[in-house]
Formats: sequence, C-alpha cells, structure tokens
Amino acid sequence: MIPEIGHFALIMALVVSVVLTVLPLLGATFSNERWVALAKPAARMQLLFMLLAYGCLTYAFITFDFSVRYVASTSHSSLPLLYRISGVWGAHEGSLLLWALILSLWMGAVTVFSRSIPRVMLARVLGVMGFVAVGFLLFLLVTSNPFERLIPAPADGRSLNPLLQDPGLAIHPPMLYMGYVGFSVAFAFAVAAMLGGKLDAAWTRWVRPWTNIAWMFLTLGIALGSWWAYYELGWGGWWFWDPVENASLMPWLVGTALIHSLAVSEKRGAFKAWTVLLAVFAFSLSLLGTFLVRSGVLTSVHAFASDPGRGLFILLFLATVVGLSLTLYAFRADRFKSDVSFQLFSRETGLLLNNVILVVMTATVLLGTLYPLVLDALGVGKLSVGPPYFNSVMVPLGIPLVIVMGLGVLLRWKRDSISRLGTDLALLVIIAVGVGLLFSLLLHYDWEGYDWEGMAAIGLIMAVWIAVTTLFWVWKQKRTASVWGAALAHAGMAIMIIGISLTSLYSSEKDIRLSAGQQYQLAGYDFQFQGVKKVSDVSYDAYQGIVDISRNGQPVSHLEPQKRVYRVQTMPMTEAGIDAGLFRDLFVALGEPLEGDAWSLRVYHKPFIRWIWLGAILMAVGGILAAGDRRYRLKVEGRSHA
Amino acid sequence: MTPVRKKRLWLILALVLGVGVSAALVLQAFNQNMMFYYSPKDIKAGQAPANHDFRVGGLVVAGTVKRDPSSLDVHFDVTDLTETVTVKYTGILPDLFREGQGIIARGRLLPDGVVEAAEVLAKHDENYMPPEVADSLPHKPAEEAQ
Repeated sequence: MIPEIGHFALIMALVVSVVLTVLPLLGATFSNERWVALAKPAARMQLLFMLLAYGCLTYAFITFDFSVRYVASTSHSSLPLLYRISGVWGAHEGSLLLWALILSLWMGAVTVFSRSIPRVMLARVLGVMGFVAVGFLLFLLVTSNPFERLIPAPADGRSLNPLLQDPGLAIHPPMLYMGYVGFSVAFAFAVAAMLGGKLDAAWTRWVRPWTNIAWMFLTLGIALGSWWAYYELGWGGWWFWDPVENASLMPWLVGTALIHSLAVSEKRGAFKAWTVLLAVFAFSLSLLGTFLVRSGVLTSVHAFASDPGRGLFILLFLATVVGLSLTLYAFRADRFKSDVSFQLFSRETGLLLNNVILVVMTATVLLGTLYPLVLDALGVGKLSVGPPYFNSVMVPLGIPLVIVMGLGVLLRWKRDSISRLGTDLALLVIIAVGVGLLFSLLLHYDWEGYDWEGMAAIGLIMAVWIAVTTLFWVWKQKRTASVWGAALAHAGMAIMIIGISLTSLYSSEKDIRLSAGQQYQLAGYDFQFQGVKKVSDVSYDAYQGIVDISRNGQPVSHLEPQKRVYRVQTMPMTEAGIDAGLFRDLFVALGEPLEGDAWSLRVYHKPFIRWIWLGAILMAVGGILAAGDRRYRLKVEGRSHA
Repeated sequence: MTPVRKKRLWLILALVLGVGVSAALVLQAFNQNMMFYYSPKDIKAGQAPANHDFRVGGLVVAGTVKRDPSSLDVHFDVTDLTETVTVKYTGILPDLFREGQGIIARGRLLPDGVVEAAEVLAKHDENYMPPEVADSLPHKPAEEAQ
C-alpha cells in the first residue's frame, strides 16, 4: 500500500509541476495576477508531494519491502539502518528521486527567502524550476519508476553494492546533488531575467547567495568523492580524471566562473550577458553530468543501447533545456548590453581573464570526456584519453589562473595603474617567490629530504602568492562577510595547491611481496608485515593484515588493512589501513595471498595529501560565509517594508 | 581609433591569442594521449602500434595465470575467443581479476608479441563486462535480465 501512495504522490508532484510551469509563466507574460500568485503555493505543494513520495520509498527500505523491485535489487535484510536510509539513493531510480526531491527543496527554499523578490520575477523563477521538475518527474515515472512492484516478492534482496556501504559515500551523492541542482536556481533566475528583459544590481544580489551555496555543496561533494576514492578503492589516488569525476568538475569550474562574473555584474553592471550565459552553462553541465552518470553511457555504451529509453530521455531533455535557453539568449542578450567601460589595467580585466581561463579549462575537460563517447557512438573507434592529457593541460592553464587570482584582488575596479600598485606589488612578488623558494628548500635540506623539484617550488610560490595577496587585500579592505568569504576561499585554494603539488611530486608508492616477519623501507619508514588473520563482521569475512610501522627504530603506527569478501554479493573489497597526518599519510593495502604466508602489499607514503581536502573545506566555508553577507539580507528588510 | 577602442582591441587580440595558444596546447596533448583499444585478434593481425600505449581487453584464459615465485611478476593470456595474446604485468592485480573474467590492460607491445601492461583494470561489479571486450567477442554474452 505504502509504495502505491508513493507512486501516487509522484504523479501528483508531476501534475502540480505542470501547473507550476504553465500558469505562472503565462501569468507573468500576460499580467494575470492570479496566475502569478499561484507560483508560491504550487511550489510548496509540489515539495509536499515529493517529500511524501520520498518518505514512502524510505519506508519501503526501512521495512525491507522486497515486493518493491528497486528495494529488492538494492537492499538486503542484513543491512544496518544507516545503509537502508542511504540505500534509497544507492542505484539509478532512487538516486533520480533524490535529485528531484532536492530540486523541490531548492524551490521550497526560494519561496521562503523570496520576500524581496518582485512577484512576477518569483513566478518566473519558480516556473522555470517547475519546468525542470516536469522533465525529471516524467523521466522517473516513464523510465525509472522506483515504486514498481516485483510479484512474487523475493525472500531477500540483492543488497547494496559493498562499495556504497560506507559513511563517506552515504553522504556524497546528496552533497553533490545539492550542488548540481542548486545551480538550477541561478539558471532559473537567468532565464527569468531573459524573459523579463531586465537585469539589474538587485538581480545579482538575489542570485549571488544561491550560487554561492550551490557551489559550496558541489565543492564539498567533489571533495568527499575524492576522499572516498582515496581510502575506499585502495588505489591511494585522490583524482583519476575518470569521466564520472569530470562530470562533476565541469559544473564546478563554470560555477566558479559564474561566482566571479556575478561580482562584476553586481559591482560594475558589466558582463551581464556573459553572467546569464554562464548560469545557463553551469546548470546545463550539471544536467550533462547527470546524463553521463545516469544514462549508463559511461560504464558501457551497450547499457545505453540496451535501454535506449533512459539515455535518450535525458539527452532530449538536455537538448531541450540548452536549446530553449540559448534561443532565448539569442533574442534577449542584447538587452543586457552594459554601457560601463573599464580600463585594460583593472579588476574587471582580472576577472575577465579568470573567466576565460576557467571556461577554457572546462572546454578541455569536456573534450577529453566526450570525444571518446562520441567516437564510440559513431562506431569510428574505441579510444580513451588518459590522465596525462588532463594533467598536461590543466597545469599550464592553472598557473596563469593563479597569477591572475592574486593580481585581481589587488587591482581596483574600473581603472588602476602600475604606479599606484608599484612598491606593494613588487614587495608581494618578492615575498611570494622568496617564501615559496625557502619552503621548497626546507623540504629538501632540513625536513624530509625530498629531492628539490622545480615544479614543487613553483607550486609553493603560487600558494604563497595567493596567500599574501589575499592577506594584503583583507588588510586594506572594509572586512565584510563577503570579503572574509572570498579570502577564505582563496586561502583554501592556496592550501589545496600545496597539497596537490607536494602529493603529486613526492608520493612514494610500491607494490611489494612480503612474508610474515619481513619488512620494507619506504620514504624512511619501516613497514613490518606481521602476517594475516581472519576476521568476520555482520556482512563480510575478511583477511586482516597486521603492519607495524616504525621510523629510526621508533614505533610510528600500527595498521590493519583488510581484504573483505561481502557475503551477499561474494564481492571482494580492499579496505586500506591508513595512518593519517597533517604532513603525510601512510597507507597500506592488502593485495593477494601468494605462496606460503606471503602476501602482495601496496604501501604508500603520501605527503600533504590532507591539504587537498582541507583546502576544499576552507573554500566551502568561504562560500557559505560570503552568502551570508548582510547586504543580501538588508535588501530583504528594506523591501518588505516598502 | 579612440584610445578606448585601441585598448579594447589589444585586450581582444590578447584574449584570442591566449585562447589560440591554449587550444593548440590542448589539441597537441590530446593527440599524444589518445589510446586506442585493440582486441587480441587486432594485435595478432599486426594493427597495434609498436611504440605507443594502447589498451587490450578480453577474457582471462583459465589456467594461464602464472606468478613468479620470488617477485610480483605475473603473466596471463587474454582471449577474444578467436585469438589469444599474453600479457605480463608487475604488481598487484585488481580485486576482481579472476580467470574467465573480462579485463582491460593498458600497455605496450613488446617485439615478441607479448603485451607489457602498466595497468590492469577489472571493474567493481562481478557482472560487469568491459564494453570493448563484450564487443570483440564473436557472440554476445547474455544481457543481464533487468
């Protein structure tokens, strides 16, 4: 009964979304007050139905209702409560339902924080989001209904993929989706501005907090995914340029560009048409990411062919959204022409360069991700583009980006001159180069004895450059929340650059063969293998290795990496043993049993890897801080009295 | 030309130049890092490049996985059920590497016809068949009933 209620609620949500799309948008065009007024209650009602539908599916999961096909294929009677709740988004259907629910949550949030927004504008924003909801709900109901019954019900389910039975991955998809779908708000505002033909500073102040919050979630979601891949897959890497990762990186890059372009639109009234275009692209790339991950084209072009409905549907929907918004853009962009001018040497130019570089980066990732798929779909050939492509392109693009990043915050709006900046600039450059070099030499001579690498020095100089320019900027500024937010985000980038440079250059990793009692030295640490014992848990049996790590005779750590076999799926899984530290991680993963009591082991020494995720957390905090700036709220109070 | 326009022209020229340079850079890197996929049949037919990385895939032939007793060297045969090539690798094989399983290896062709793999991939799903491998088999494995 409960699943049928869920199914019914989903259908009702679709009906309400259609109403939400059609009436307010028409009402806004033909000045029909009553239709315009429908937007807010309709959006809230849609949210209620979505909550009901989602609640029903969760209920089916918690109560082990294996007569629901989706529950039977992703759950099992042995799963603990946490993974029954997160199991809801453990596979295709439920994950789309989560996507749609999050869209409704964002709509609900817009209705709550909309007091300052004119009613017509609000009607258009919610109407556009309603349109997106129609697309996704149709997709759910037509091709991927999570409430479909399986009669007769099996005695037990096929269980959740063991990879997903992990707290880190349990919250990764909701975070990522909050980010992806969050860009729909900026997108809806952009389309609403195009429909209304007007885009002013007030508009940018409505959009900026939403964009920041979406960006914050996306940043955290990507970082969580990277952290999870690091400790769970047993590969010890933090980024693989896997198409699924790229699918999340592209909206992040464009979203970052959007945040900066919005700043110019708010402060200077320039770049307006460009801002609108970026908002359209950020959301389109989020949809593309959903398409890539959810259609199955990535794991297999055959999955696409065997169920053409799903892939084709998202592709058509993507084409509709992009096509309609670009057509609208073609007709309306000229209305956003900005009449303000700026000099070549100004903050506007800095932010322009920021945008150009970020967009070029996005394009290179897009090329490397889509080209193999297109060739394969056309039957021309099967090829893949490896990490060296992405690395060799992103590093040379990243360096100018960082230089502009530091320079941009120093520059004044509209016009600036070298002579004004002269001594300060020279001083900052000297500090950055000096301190960066000093650090790289310290790493070499004094501390860890890493080889001196030019790229490490460049990475450190870049990081210090961002840090000192940001500090200088904060010092010279009136320190509002948005200044602190931007400063924190930039500092986060500096920390992330340190992490990326030093991890990439100084990691040592080795696959070795050890018998019980043998030891191996890596990066000054002695890894003593004490053998393997068998252990068991609720859902798996495991071999557990014991590795004692010491340095110069002093014990450092004791690790117990596992090789698990999950009983339900009989699927092996590597659970690495990690000794985490601010300056280095020690990482041991069990390979396979060899003759006698020998095992193959994978040992890593990963310097500064934590800094990558630490930087991401700082960026996210910066994003939320900036979104809370008083000037976005002051407007609210001012308007509501008017 | 007014000074403002002149500056704007410079800005645009610089941007075009920058984007052009990066496009060239990108395409060059792209060309160097494209890896094609070959089935064992293609390799036996001499289609695989001699001095460039490529990917090969197939089913691991039962009974051919041989480990060196003193190191992590391992070699095994992969087949597309038409031809068979030997792959050698040093290191730890993925969790789901098994005889009979579809795998993909990335590496180079040695003069003796053996593929020296730098990486061996088996996807994290016991039902998963790499699409390239499925495609190069003469008859399709039964599709999972969904």
